[in-house]
Amino acid sequence: MSSRRRPRSLLAWVGGIAFSAAGLAWAIPMIWTLAVSLHPADEPLSASNLWAGSHPTLDNYRQAFDIAPFARYYLNTILIVAGILCVQLVTITLAGYAFARYRFPFQNVLLFLILAQLMVPSSALIVPNYTTVRQLHLFDTLLAVMLPYFGSAFGVFLVRQTFKTVPRALDDAARVDGAGWIRTLWHVYLPPARPALIAFAISSISFHWNDFLWPLVVTNSEASRPLTVGLAVFTQLGEIGAQWPLVTAGTVIVVGPLLVLFLIFQRQFVDSFLHSGLK
Amino acid sequence: MRRHRQRPSRTSALPYALVLPTLAFVAAFTLWPSVRVVFDSLFTQNQAVQTPVFTGVGNYASLLHDAGFRQVIVNTLFYAGVTVPVSVVLALLLGLELDRPLRAVGLHRLAFFHPTILPMVSAATIWLFMYAPGYGLVNVFLGNFGVGSQNWLGDPQLALPALMVVGIWKQTGYFMLFYLAGLQGLPREVFDAAHIDGASRLQTLRYLTVPLLRGTTLFVTTIAVVDAFQTVDQIYIMTGGGPTNATSMLLFDVWQTLFSFLDIGRASAMSVILIVALLVFSIANFASVERRATDE
Repeated sequence: MSSRRRPRSLLAWVGGIAFSAAGLAWAIPMIWTLAVSLHPADEPLSASNLWAGSHPTLDNYRQAFDIAPFARYYLNTILIVAGILCVQLVTITLAGYAFARYRFPFQNVLLFLILAQLMVPSSALIVPNYTTVRQLHLFDTLLAVMLPYFGSAFGVFLVRQTFKTVPRALDDAARVDGAGWIRTLWHVYLPPARPALIAFAISSISFHWNDFLWPLVVTNSEASRPLTVGLAVFTQLGEIGAQWPLVTAGTVIVVGPLLVLFLIFQRQFVDSFLHSGLK
Repeated sequence: MRRHRQRPSRTSALPYALVLPTLAFVAAFTLWPSVRVVFDSLFTQNQAVQTPVFTGVGNYASLLHDAGFRQVIVNTLFYAGVTVPVSVVLALLLGLELDRPLRAVGLHRLAFFHPTILPMVSAATIWLFMYAPGYGLVNVFLGNFGVGSQNWLGDPQLALPALMVVGIWKQTGYFMLFYLAGLQGLPREVFDAAHIDGASRLQTLRYLTVPLLRGTTLFVTTIAVVDAFQTVDQIYIMTGGGPTNATSMLLFDVWQTLFSFLDIGRASAMSVILIVALLVFSIANFASVERRATDE
């Protein structure tokens, strides 16, 4: 580090100032959104009264919760995200284990077929998948939102690579002690794979929490709509119109908890995002 | 040893059973749909024609002759052509700046990175408000410099650039992260040597840092392109593809063709075009991952 510390040139000063200005510009939309969500309804927003107004209030939040079932949307999102993750953790662990530790005919063909998922993004398959969901009579259900994501090539690949680093001798020792494959997997392979699985979990959660197009396509009622689609419906309600304090309150209801979680777990978020270049 | 050799024969069905759940889901929601979408694209199937009628490349031909669809392709390419280089270069600059000893590193990182964790839908809602005519912050800010209030999202010339700003705002922090990680992995000695040899900051940047980060740049650029081609959320929220088709892009058009026009054949053909475009870039992406892995 010390080798890089040299007297700051004019260029560096200008760069530093531009950098901070950019940081401010980047942060302002969110700060403004927070401020306007507290703007009282009886004071019109105008160029001279742009922020939280003369007496900031939480009324907009109460009203947003009255108009739209945000609690239900939250529940739906949590169920969807948790459901996807639970199934994924099981499927990727099993498949990753098979590919890491067993040799069997057509192994590479099967692995290739699974990894093909990395090549075709799910968003490009909404047309046939929508038809499939219709045919399965699952339209407008939480299961329909989750189903296409239960298999994860990225997860399988990650688990396979992690399990491969476990020394074979440990596996053999467990077997000699009479452990079957389930106990071997549980006691020998899973403990050292925890960091990789946590990174996978965070990237899975943030991807599916934010997913919009697929749930938009397969949901049509508040019983199955996740937060993202719920927010879109909320902002487009006729009665909301351009009542920005309400719209911003709705937005904060959706992003607030995410921002808080991010502040608490910044390190883990950053790590998992770095690992998830491939989704 | 005896045990070791015994295992494959004794558990021959087990590995298949372990792979089966993943394979079944991938087959049902990726492999089979990939085949089906190509198949469906060869048929006319819409509200008027309920039973599919084979049309060969008819859907593709009609897309190519459709000025609206050509506009969608141009919009998509234009959007990617601007947002990708801008956000990648900006990400590199921010990464360089964050990599130095600096006041309030955490605060700066938070400022640039927080849009990444937000759903695009919320980011788009925030910017819908930013662009509001009259009191939207964009207009208020530019008003200080004598720029008159613009209807950003309602003007065919301005709407697409306005969406680009949202994409750049949302994605740059994510790309910055990869550069930060890349910068921290660079060999210190090389920079010390350059410093001793009297290389200027700009020379170091140009001849050392940027070439050494080539793997990261390739990787980041590829994800950026793949993401840009799938732009849809902010179009849905902010413009609905308008005004007069000025902001419609491929994936949005697929969605609209499926749900507003209920034209499965045409939507499938568009999806195939999207998949082929993305496939080209995904292969490049995969290659760059391999490269990154071997670099490390």
